[in-house]
Amino acid sequence: MILDPLQLLGRKGLGFFGRLGRGHLFLMQTLAGVPALVLRPGLVIKQLYSVGVLTLLIILVSGLFVGMVLGLQGYNTLVDFGAEESLGVVVALSLVRELGPVVSALLFAGRAGSALTAEIGLMKATEQLSGMEMMAVDPMRRIVAPRFVAGFISMPLLAAIFSIVGVYGGYFVGVGLLGIDDGAFWSQMQAKVDLSDDVYNGVIKSFVFGFVAVWIAVFEGYDAVPTSEGVSRATTRTVVHTALAVLGLDFVLTALMFGD
Amino acid sequence: MKDTMQVTSRSGQKPLVQVRGLSFARGERMIFDGIDLDIERGKITAIMGPSGTGKTTLLKLIGGQLRPAAGTIVVDGKNVHELTTRELYRLRQRIGMMFQTGALLTDLDVYANVAFPIREHADLPESLVRDLVLMKLQAVGLRGAAGLMPSELSGGMARRVAMARAIALDPMMVLYDEPFTGQDPISMGIVVKLISELNDALGLTSIVVSHDVQETAAIADYAYLLSNGKVVDQGTPEMLWKSASEWSQQFLNGMPDGPVAFHYPAPNFRDDLMQGGRLR
Repeated sequence: MILDPLQLLGRKGLGFFGRLGRGHLFLMQTLAGVPALVLRPGLVIKQLYSVGVLTLLIILVSGLFVGMVLGLQGYNTLVDFGAEESLGVVVALSLVRELGPVVSALLFAGRAGSALTAEIGLMKATEQLSGMEMMAVDPMRRIVAPRFVAGFISMPLLAAIFSIVGVYGGYFVGVGLLGIDDGAFWSQMQAKVDLSDDVYNGVIKSFVFGFVAVWIAVFEGYDAVPTSEGVSRATTRTVVHTALAVLGLDFVLTALMFGD
Repeated sequence: MKDTMQVTSRSGQKPLVQVRGLSFARGERMIFDGIDLDIERGKITAIMGPSGTGKTTLLKLIGGQLRPAAGTIVVDGKNVHELTTRELYRLRQRIGMMFQTGALLTDLDVYANVAFPIREHADLPESLVRDLVLMKLQAVGLRGAAGLMPSELSGGMARRVAMARAIALDPMMVLYDEPFTGQDPISMGIVVKLISELNDALGLTSIVVSHDVQETAAIADYAYLLSNGKVVDQGTPEMLWKSASEWSQQFLNGMPDGPVAFHYPAPNFRDDLMQGGRLR
């Protein structure tokens, strides 16, 4: 009887490391298929539309509201210290350093990542990937690699758009509704937000999160059990695993970048 | 009929596909246990057997999508499982496959589906691609459906499009996976006719995996019956109909009981009833 939990633990452990290994081999195969895309940019452009452009709306709306909430909360805190003119700095640093890359990655996983997993998983379930293999077309190069590259390119751009729109959301609330001085809002932001320390580090984060998010999404689709339930589980795993990975990596990256 | 020597030299020509001592297992379950098969050039060879006997698995093994535990599969003189990936892909360009579901690319219309392998493998001007695609679609009677999306096709039409795609690169061999399953009588008749006519007109070698006895027997030049990982019978359809094998007779005539028992293996019925309603 005591062996049962141990066996279960062992089985779970082996399953976890097995998947981890498959995921890394899958990544190697995907990266091997990337150089060939130089000759077929159309494949990537098509995916940039479905992965990037179609995610734009949720990024714009979310960025605007996150910025507005930051503006409101920041103002309420800063006004107690008479420092409300620093609102621009608070909003910009929060967005550029943290919320832009992290929230964009979470939204990306929910919108584009889940769609990628479901699409690839369904292609597997309906034998489209198998059919390609039999037509001597490598699905890793034809299907996975373009989606991977498109996701990797899209994520930092979406994060940047999220941050920019968020800053304008904060500006709208702070300057437009609460009456903070326009010049102070922008000039303090310009003075305190450092290009290399803040912006570049935020961009690096968004590249890392994009890489991880799209890797998880395409792998989960490709590794899905080819049934409707299997695809459904894979889609859920994409969102959950991406969220955990992004939040965990965010802490590690923040500690490396900003922890003195 | 089970004489191996007879099989290896049925037509005196070297077979296009030679399967020798093939074993394949999924987990604990043995799918094939040392089977031998020969697929003659220019002929339609049927692989028949009940559901779950590994017929589709056999096609995947022939196409190099699965690796056997033991044995060899030689296609046109090449041992499939000793080829490099590049060589395997080159071989696959000469093999067409029609999947049970059609496996059409759902984001492409009928025209683009048939053009897909041509565009991937042949650097041809678009006007020539168009002519080739229209010729293939004309062959399966669906030139008029070139602009439809896969979601707009009936099951029978989807398989005919898949057939057109399978012959797009003028292959030496076409593998058909359950081409008749779930078809209405008219669609089934069309698919039966097309497999036979395409095989003759294009000089193909065809392997038809199916459990639809009447339709398959009507067009097959030779057939193998598989069960429990073994080739249980083989011969021309005429020979199989007259076979003394009880298993063959049960399968071909669709008898509910026989060597393949009606009841799934279970403990004694009386003992089971006396368990007081507890299911094991």
